[in-house]
Amino acid sequence: MSHRVLIVDDEPNIVISLEYLIKKEGFEVAVATDGEAALQQAADFAPDLILLDVMMPKKSGFEVCQALRADPAQAAVKIIMLTARGRETEVAKGLALGADAYITKPFSTKELVLQIKSLLA
Amino acid sequence: MKAKLRFILAAGVLGLLMTGPFALTALLLFADAKEAERAAFAQFLVPRLPLGALMTLLGFIAGLALLRGLFQQYVHGLLRMAETLRLMLGANRNFRVAPEGPPEVRELGRAANDLAQQRDELLNDVDEQIRQAKASVEEEKNRLAALMSELAQGVVVCNLDGRILLYNSRARLQFTALAQGPTSMSGGALIGLGRSIFSILERGQITHSLETIQQRLARGSAEATANFITSTRSGQLLRAQMAPVLRTGAGVATAANVDSLPPNPPAWQGGDNTGSQAAPAQGGLAAASMGAPLEVTGYVLTIENITRNFEREAERDQALQLLTDGNRAALANIRAAVETLIDTPDMEADYRERFTRVIADESAAMTERLEATMNRFADALKTRWPLEDVLGVDILAAAARRIEDRLQLLIKNEDQDTSLWVRVDSFALIQAITFLASRLQEHYSIRELRLRLVAEGKMVFVDLIWSGKVVSSETLYAWELEPMSVGAEISPLTLRDVIDRHGGEIWYQRDKAAHNAFFRIVLPAAIMSGVQAMDPVPHVRSESRPEYYDFDLFAARDAEGSGIDPERRLTDLAYSVFDTETTGLQPSNGDEIIQMGAVRIVNNRLLRQEIFDQLVDPVIPLKPEGIPIHGITEAMLNGQPRLDVVLPAFHEFCAETVLVAHNAAFDMRFFQLKEDSLGVRFTQPVLDTLLLSAVIHPNQESHGLESIAERLGINVIGRHTALGDAFVTGEVFLKMIPLLADMGIVTLRQALDAAQKTYFARIKY
Repeated sequence: MSHRVLIVDDEPNIVISLEYLIKKEGFEVAVATDGEAALQQAADFAPDLILLDVMMPKKSGFEVCQALRADPAQAAVKIIMLTARGRETEVAKGLALGADAYITKPFSTKELVLQIKSLLA
Repeated sequence: MKAKLRFILAAGVLGLLMTGPFALTALLLFADAKEAERAAFAQFLVPRLPLGALMTLLGFIAGLALLRGLFQQYVHGLLRMAETLRLMLGANRNFRVAPEGPPEVRELGRAANDLAQQRDELLNDVDEQIRQAKASVEEEKNRLAALMSELAQGVVVCNLDGRILLYNSRARLQFTALAQGPTSMSGGALIGLGRSIFSILERGQITHSLETIQQRLARGSAEATANFITSTRSGQLLRAQMAPVLRTGAGVATAANVDSLPPNPPAWQGGDNTGSQAAPAQGGLAAASMGAPLEVTGYVLTIENITRNFEREAERDQALQLLTDGNRAALANIRAAVETLIDTPDMEADYRERFTRVIADESAAMTERLEATMNRFADALKTRWPLEDVLGVDILAAAARRIEDRLQLLIKNEDQDTSLWVRVDSFALIQAITFLASRLQEHYSIRELRLRLVAEGKMVFVDLIWSGKVVSSETLYAWELEPMSVGAEISPLTLRDVIDRHGGEIWYQRDKAAHNAFFRIVLPAAIMSGVQAMDPVPHVRSESRPEYYDFDLFAARDAEGSGIDPERRLTDLAYSVFDTETTGLQPSNGDEIIQMGAVRIVNNRLLRQEIFDQLVDPVIPLKPEGIPIHGITEAMLNGQPRLDVVLPAFHEFCAETVLVAHNAAFDMRFFQLKEDSLGVRFTQPVLDTLLLSAVIHPNQESHGLESIAERLGINVIGRHTALGDAFVTGEVFLKMIPLLADMGIVTLRQALDAAQKTYFARIKY
């Protein structure tokens, strides 16, 4: 059975690449474009891993992450946070709030895929 | 005993001396002789007696003449000389004893003259020294004034109560520019001698900076100054640097000892030093080198308006952010698309087209963004929110004190790394910590808060830890965005502002294993060069900085509470002397104020620069009969502010001073009628020069301002403008203070009581 990956980002131009890449790796993919939709999808789609953008409308990635970590039903889900802001303090915040990995845009697609695979291994 | 009486006595004694021995011998011989011898003796003597008596008389006359001569020369001569000497002592210093009479008296006269000569030389020398000292004080003042006026920065010197002792024109300009609304009427006069700096700058900020300085001094740090940024009521940003004005304990004593010398000992060390000047300086130096505690007696604030710099800088920051973070996302999109394209050579055509369109779109958008950013990029000065390098534990200790003081919340330390330095705006950060503590106490009734300080890499974590109560992270998000308030104290900043200012972060975290939760504030660690961190050699500041002045006011402390103490002496108080022009003389019949003028008296001086001068639109038409008196026409009042704006401004101008006016009851009646509608209440004591004049000269008929001014010898110019009359009233009042003191009226309460008792006090408008 293939792993499920939820992509959460409000920018279609990155979603297209991420979706294509991850599908190519043989994962099942769902997309959410804001924080609230992300929480909804997390419940409905039950992903194994979430690619979570920080800057989003409605609920920020930090809030989504914190909500997920507070929910025992979602205890197992892996979270990779993506952000377009490269400050060290933000990385620390993401990791402290329970993200498994934190990737700053722009990133290498190869490394992203490797990161996803290692987390799901 | 009078000289004449003594002469008669001397003559008597002379007479006795000349006749006595002879008579006594005769008596003895007579007593010793036999009867026959006695008869022979008498027979021999009696016929010759007239000759003897004549000879004796002649001898007596000669003796008397001699005695008189001696008396003239020695007794009268000396008495005359004594009178001359008295004259030389007092009325005529240049008078000299004329050498006459016998050589001994002459010699005495010459010696007295020599002594007088020496005395004169000494006196001249003292006068010269006093003159020189005065001149050097004057020169030093001029030099200081010149120096201060040249400065591009505003300089304000305050004592520990925040009273302004000195300010330069730049500071005045800056604060005038800041003044908006009511204050602008008095020409930004909220800056003024004796005024409180807290009407301009936030009290908490000043107190905090002073504490910081004192901490540093106690640690012997060389950098005993503090910087802060503050925003004024009108939203301007001011950067201020505070430097302490120090005096050692022994230095105070030394200064006090020489206070009895005519001028205050100037401490200026340049130029020629007279002996009296060197003494206090040496005393201070000796005390300082002995390690006497440094006492802060006041502080110097250098103030710079950085609003524009800051705005420019903020714009630059924004541009930079747009260029970096703003392009991250676009670059990520392009890179992901490109890499996908490369990795998938056999991609379907429609996918390939979609990917290339992503690349085209994003690169076009990036180009556009780059152009826009470059256009907006202003070449701004590098002005950042100045963060200070502070020892982390100092911040926590200060925050703990503040929390315990304001909130009575128990604070404990946990894992505090004492070696950590952070780059912070300490005032804002302590405010933020206190704000969080108060919110936790208010909403989650926590009983105890622990403060932790740990480091990780280049980051420093400040944790506020509590047990039990779980906080939702939404709550923190909400708190982040509201202005920070603790009790009645409200900061214009939000928690988010403070965090952003530090380039930090904050979040809520739970430690399930330890059954507690905490807020973590992440701050950048300070990179310490090692030198600044600790200065092992205590610096003696009083030596390293020349002192330009020695203000007595430094030592003056306010009485507790902000009210005016009626037991203070009239000479020590600050006054606002004011006058109003009105449409007519009946305030209760609808007459209105059309002009207000005021001038301040501080330290017994009329401050002609610190004035209030404003026309007021009375809303009602002017009475034609009033125009020749006050010379104010309808045209002049067009477009002037109304009393609802002017009176609050005037109220602010008069804050913390005693009001003085001529026939004050009249003006106060106008104010009183407006109290409710304008919400401005004048609660300070009021002195009336009319009543005081009646106290001083109860028998004079007129107590009109002009008559009083004439009586007291004051030139009256510019009467019947509010400000002109205020000036005259001020001068009159200053002349009255010593006259009142002669009558035993020294304190404010005595003056108020005396005025109350006079007949005129019963007149009511």
